[in-house]
Amino acid sequence: MEGWGRYPRHESQAIDCWLPAALAGTVASRTGLIGRGNGRSYGDAAIGEHSTLMCRGLSRMRRFDPANATLTVEAGVMLSDILRSFVPRGYFPPVVPGTKFVTVGGMIASDVHGKNHHRDGGFGDHVIEFKLVGAGGEVLTCSRTHNPELFFATVGGMGMTGIVEEATFRLRPIESGWIAQETIVAENLGEALKALQQTEDATYSVAWIDTLSQGASLGRSLIFAGEHATLDQLAGMPGADRFAAKNAGRFSLPFDLPQWLLNKTSVAAFNELYFRAGARKAAKSSLVHWDRYFFPLDGILEWNRLYGRRGFLQHQCVVPAEDALPVLSGILDRFARSGKGSFLAVLKKLGGGNGLLSFPSPGYTLALDLPVTQEVFRLLDEIDELVVKAGGRLYLAKDARQSRQTFEAGYSRLAAFKELRKVTGADRHFNSRLAKRLGI
Amino acid sequence: MKGIGKTLLLIGATSDIGRATALIYAEAGWDVLLAGRNRSAVQREADDISARTGANVLVHELDILTTSRFEDFVGVVSPLPDTAVCVVGELGEQSRAERELEHAAMIMRTNFEGPALLLGLLAESFAARGSGTIVGISSVAGDRGRASNYVYGAAKAGLTAFLSGLRNRLSGSGVRVLTVKPGFVRTRMTNAMKLPPLLTAEPREVAQRIFAVAEGGRGGDVVYVRPIWRPLMTVIRSIPEPIFKRLRL
Repeated sequence: MEGWGRYPRHESQAIDCWLPAALAGTVASRTGLIGRGNGRSYGDAAIGEHSTLMCRGLSRMRRFDPANATLTVEAGVMLSDILRSFVPRGYFPPVVPGTKFVTVGGMIASDVHGKNHHRDGGFGDHVIEFKLVGAGGEVLTCSRTHNPELFFATVGGMGMTGIVEEATFRLRPIESGWIAQETIVAENLGEALKALQQTEDATYSVAWIDTLSQGASLGRSLIFAGEHATLDQLAGMPGADRFAAKNAGRFSLPFDLPQWLLNKTSVAAFNELYFRAGARKAAKSSLVHWDRYFFPLDGILEWNRLYGRRGFLQHQCVVPAEDALPVLSGILDRFARSGKGSFLAVLKKLGGGNGLLSFPSPGYTLALDLPVTQEVFRLLDEIDELVVKAGGRLYLAKDARQSRQTFEAGYSRLAAFKELRKVTGADRHFNSRLAKRLGI
Repeated sequence: MKGIGKTLLLIGATSDIGRATALIYAEAGWDVLLAGRNRSAVQREADDISARTGANVLVHELDILTTSRFEDFVGVVSPLPDTAVCVVGELGEQSRAERELEHAAMIMRTNFEGPALLLGLLAESFAARGSGTIVGISSVAGDRGRASNYVYGAAKAGLTAFLSGLRNRLSGSGVRVLTVKPGFVRTRMTNAMKLPPLLTAEPREVAQRIFAVAEGGRGGDVVYVRPIWRPLMTVIRSIPEPIFKRLRL
């Protein structure tokens, strides 16, 4: 079994689950179990120590209340299904990560953040309540008032408190399925951070960094700010369907690309083209389909095969705002000098997170992906030192390799999390390879 | 979503194909009546469809093996649906069916007797009204008996013949009768099997095809979900018996 990054691989027994009612018995009779949704976490978070509960069968929506736009679904429901059903009806999920092929259970476990985290927080902030199947098979309703400790441990808790059976959360009303996008060109990292600061009032904002540019243009970026387009804005686009539907994957990579294809020259050429194209659009506002704005990579199904059979590592850190410029400069500089091409890196501003192990914390987050090679491990270890020194941390949903020291330095509420696992008995039933590796 | 005043009756609502089909109709604005054996399981599907689409969804408890209740059921189904789709099916275990009469009988009754009697009865009501569409899900397994699943295949062959006769009789009456043969489908029933990708459809694909043929009028009366099945089964049907009996297909 492997995660989306295809590294690492571990043996784990897959257990299918088709009915919510079957959860209790399965959970109570196992140890070393972890829930798995659509397998989009990159590393070993959704690989059970002994067995892995495949939750995709828990894919039924339970109810939608239009009066306050709350939706209750089983945890295996995919974000793509929610979008397909609710965008045409004028609703959008409160928070979406970079792919729509994730389940609601996974979004809670990872407390996923989106391009609106600086304004709206993580997915967990919009969850009203959920049912959690605990260690003994008991089903507990958790909210900010019922079992709040368990609620805040489960949000961002990487499945280590139990199996989410179903969850209720709020959707946001939208006037159209289009995003009004503004593009800002930043010539270097300083400008990029400034631009993210300036676009803080925008609902969505994110920067795409060219990781290969060095020296004076280290960190040159395109910053995309976005708002859900109003009907007035849409009126300027004759013929545009208000809730334009679009099919999911259009193109699937049928095979693994050879690793030599991703090298400094090819990535640099791609980045150059990308930036020129972006710069041409800058300053003009444009309407972008929601699917392309939020999920550009979903257009290439199985894009993880870009990196060849050995897989890839995603490195996503967050560092506090105060020292962000020198720290992120240092990180980008290491990457640029190493010549380990990442297509594009993503930079964005985060607010605080509420779960005990939630990744987001106030500051800037940088995400890069890199093919698995020996040198890359060493490079990332060096970069982790910079992150730790700055008081930052790594995103567990993407992690496949950080050391226990890096993890413990970054997550200050770890002790409370471990204590809760002990008290509820979760530590004896729920364990992923990630939990083992990091000693959670 | 506002209704368009049409109603689908889906028999076998907790199967993957049934669920996908009901959803496609609901997305198109139809009201949906779901019938199935286990009320709470059917209710779960009804809640799902109504949350996803806002459609009106009603639940009926009905066991395909309890044929004595069919007349009551058709009597109380209200409103009389515009389209009835029966996806009920049970693969069973061929080797067990060879030894246990009861298991063989269950497979035959589930795949043939129940669906045929129920669709026949619905067809009478539709004919009395002078309109409606009947869709029976049969199988390529009914096109020729094979060692690996001939009890199931025989029952499906019976259903195929029944639907063919029903269609023949009701021709010109305003009632359409369709036979759908899905081929391999990626469902819970086939979850553990290794299926050839080219021949294997997703439940949603089957559902879209059913909807397109039943409501759009595209395609003939006998529908193979993936077109490749038609020439393939023509070949398999035309292999002479002396040769066929030695093959392990």
